[in-house]
Amino acid sequence: MTTEPSLSPMNRSLFARLFTPQVIGKMPPGTQFFVYTALILWSLFVLFPIYWVFITSFKEAVDVNRGPFFIPWVDFTPSLHAWRELFIIDYEDTLTAYANSIVIALFSTGLCVMIGSMAAYALARIQYKPKFGTIALFVGIMIVASVAIAKAGLDWRIAMAVAIAVFVVLARALGPKFKASLGNGDILFWMISQRILPPIVVVVPIYMMFQNVRLLDTHLALILTYSVVNLPIVVWLMYDFFVSIPKDLEESAQLDGATRFTTFWEIVLPMARPGLAATTLLVMILAWNEYLLALFISTTKAQTMPILVAAMNAGERGILWWSMSVVIVVMIIPVVAMAIVLQRFISKGVLLGAVKG
Amino acid sequence: MTNLGTHQDDNRPGTITPVGVARMAPRRTRISEWFDQRAGTYFIMPAVVMILIFSIFPLVASLIMSVSRIRLRGGGYNVRYVGTQNFEKQFFGSEQFHFLGTFADLSPIAWILILASAAGILWWLFRYVTTRFSVIGFAGRLVTASMVFGLIVLFSATLVSGGRMGTLGVTLFYVFVGCGVQFLIGLALALLCSQQIRGRTFFRIVFFIPLMVTPIGIGYAFRMIADTTKGPFSPFWQWAGLGDFAWAADAWTARIFITVGDSWQWIPFIFVILLAACENIPRDFVEAAEVDGASQRQIFFEITWPQIMPVAASVMLIRMIEAFKIVDLPNIMTSGGPGIATESMSLHSLFAWRSLDLGQSAAISYLLLFVTVVLCVSFFNLVVLQYVRKT
Repeated sequence: MTTEPSLSPMNRSLFARLFTPQVIGKMPPGTQFFVYTALILWSLFVLFPIYWVFITSFKEAVDVNRGPFFIPWVDFTPSLHAWRELFIIDYEDTLTAYANSIVIALFSTGLCVMIGSMAAYALARIQYKPKFGTIALFVGIMIVASVAIAKAGLDWRIAMAVAIAVFVVLARALGPKFKASLGNGDILFWMISQRILPPIVVVVPIYMMFQNVRLLDTHLALILTYSVVNLPIVVWLMYDFFVSIPKDLEESAQLDGATRFTTFWEIVLPMARPGLAATTLLVMILAWNEYLLALFISTTKAQTMPILVAAMNAGERGILWWSMSVVIVVMIIPVVAMAIVLQRFISKGVLLGAVKG
Repeated sequence: MTNLGTHQDDNRPGTITPVGVARMAPRRTRISEWFDQRAGTYFIMPAVVMILIFSIFPLVASLIMSVSRIRLRGGGYNVRYVGTQNFEKQFFGSEQFHFLGTFADLSPIAWILILASAAGILWWLFRYVTTRFSVIGFAGRLVTASMVFGLIVLFSATLVSGGRMGTLGVTLFYVFVGCGVQFLIGLALALLCSQQIRGRTFFRIVFFIPLMVTPIGIGYAFRMIADTTKGPFSPFWQWAGLGDFAWAADAWTARIFITVGDSWQWIPFIFVILLAACENIPRDFVEAAEVDGASQRQIFFEITWPQIMPVAASVMLIRMIEAFKIVDLPNIMTSGGPGIATESMSLHSLFAWRSLDLGQSAAISYLLLFVTVVLCVSFFNLVVLQYVRKT
């Protein structure tokens, strides 16, 4: 951006004066102009699509179709017709989808953060030694059970129950004989690497699975699926937090007779609050915006907001841009509010720590 | 948990409780004791069981589906083993144009590209063998090298020679072009925002917002904005004489618009993390360099870049992993069209599922998984680990 600063201030060109630092740690005016222009242009690029969706939600069909109108009250008269249609006349679908989205996002986040941070805490504190032999035993028994289900036509519930019982018994009996084992790092890697899995690979079997237990198109199905999809993120972010918390407090609590769970719940979790908050919000936003899995698993009863938006494309009246914009706006508002809260945590480098590790 | 049982035994073998503390300790019941001794199991079991049921089992089921032909029959499925037929179809059979693309005769440029990359890859492998050598390392590099070479041949035979890209090529276009653009802009914004400027918090919040917006919303918003007749920029298009130009009808403009939408959403992610990394650089380093008369360029290349490189590599890995999954934007903005020009592999698999061809759908998704794993693991081993080791 700048050339070498010349040492004598007398014979500088205008360019050099504009772009050479005069005071250490302060920007020269030329650079300053460039920086602010770039930042403001980017802000416009970021905000414009949101602004456009926002004003489209107040447009009549004719305002959308007759060409671009930019400013309400100046070149078009805003109307609440789309809002009225979605929230007063035809409120049932909208509110059901909104409620579904809220319930699914909240519960899946709760479940996911709970399970994920327990696992992350355990991996940070307890030494695990899963034996190769036990894992091979599990795989072998599962293969036998699957073959029995597929070839002998055994009921899958019975086959699974028997297989798990056999596994537990054999693992108890043979466990101590196995020597080669994996460590915590391997379990952690195994859990985090699940994120690489594109959802499209697993979604069809998940669909069939829920169909089999008649849970298709229910909240529970989506809650469970989202929890698993986001689990790697929770484990990955929270592990880093738990490792960085000093052990002393937990050790003294355990000497005082607190159980592992009490220690975790009353001492460790409150200490990890900033990380917990950032992780929770991140996972909640992911669950709130998710589209592909919902497309498969929910059809009518458990329909979430993204599916509702996409469904507006399919009607015989063409794309209802105004209604769609209303739905997008009501989807954006809560998350943008969250973004402002989350930003504080992120600027503290919450994610950074995890990325570095 | 603590008031479930009536008995209390503090001095069970196995729990070490100093006498003085034991007297003060809360009473522990047998059940909570029993639970506590198995804490290691029940802390981790829910996560393991969930992953086994919803990730590993479907993964295996999908593999089985990809080597079978599945027919719906009276509410049930009729599964028949067909070997690698579903995969062969993608590479050599009737679906080749869809997955790999339409091949053209290799043009001279394509030949040069192929030969140059072959030479480069061989030299890279040769250098690895002569400097440091381990069997596993060599095998891994061989896999990476053959994958990269295969993809270069694919690109040369389709794109460079004037053929058409299939869904594999389009997905890689989204991943590499998209990630590259996002990294450069994200880095530039992070560097700008890490300067001493006013209104930092404002810019930071504004720049962060797109990450929160649902991809569906982005898809439709960009469709509205890109519209040349009714969109906000239509006066401009009219003026430029492109009034009746439909961007969605041309393969390249459609791809570029999808990349723009994707970048709009994901630049913030790279931006926030690189900004945090930039702010982590001790201020003294930069100021000392400024006092010594270092130029801005020197400061960037000698101080900032090496300091943020490990974080940048990790961020790009995460971004790449997510980029391979791209499905919502092409589905919303163009539904894969014109033709198959903007169809990503996820979308390809989704369409195959819609036409009830479950075996093929699973085969395509497995190919996606394979490409993702090979490229991401290569990137992790060759780029990320290198920087992590250095620091």
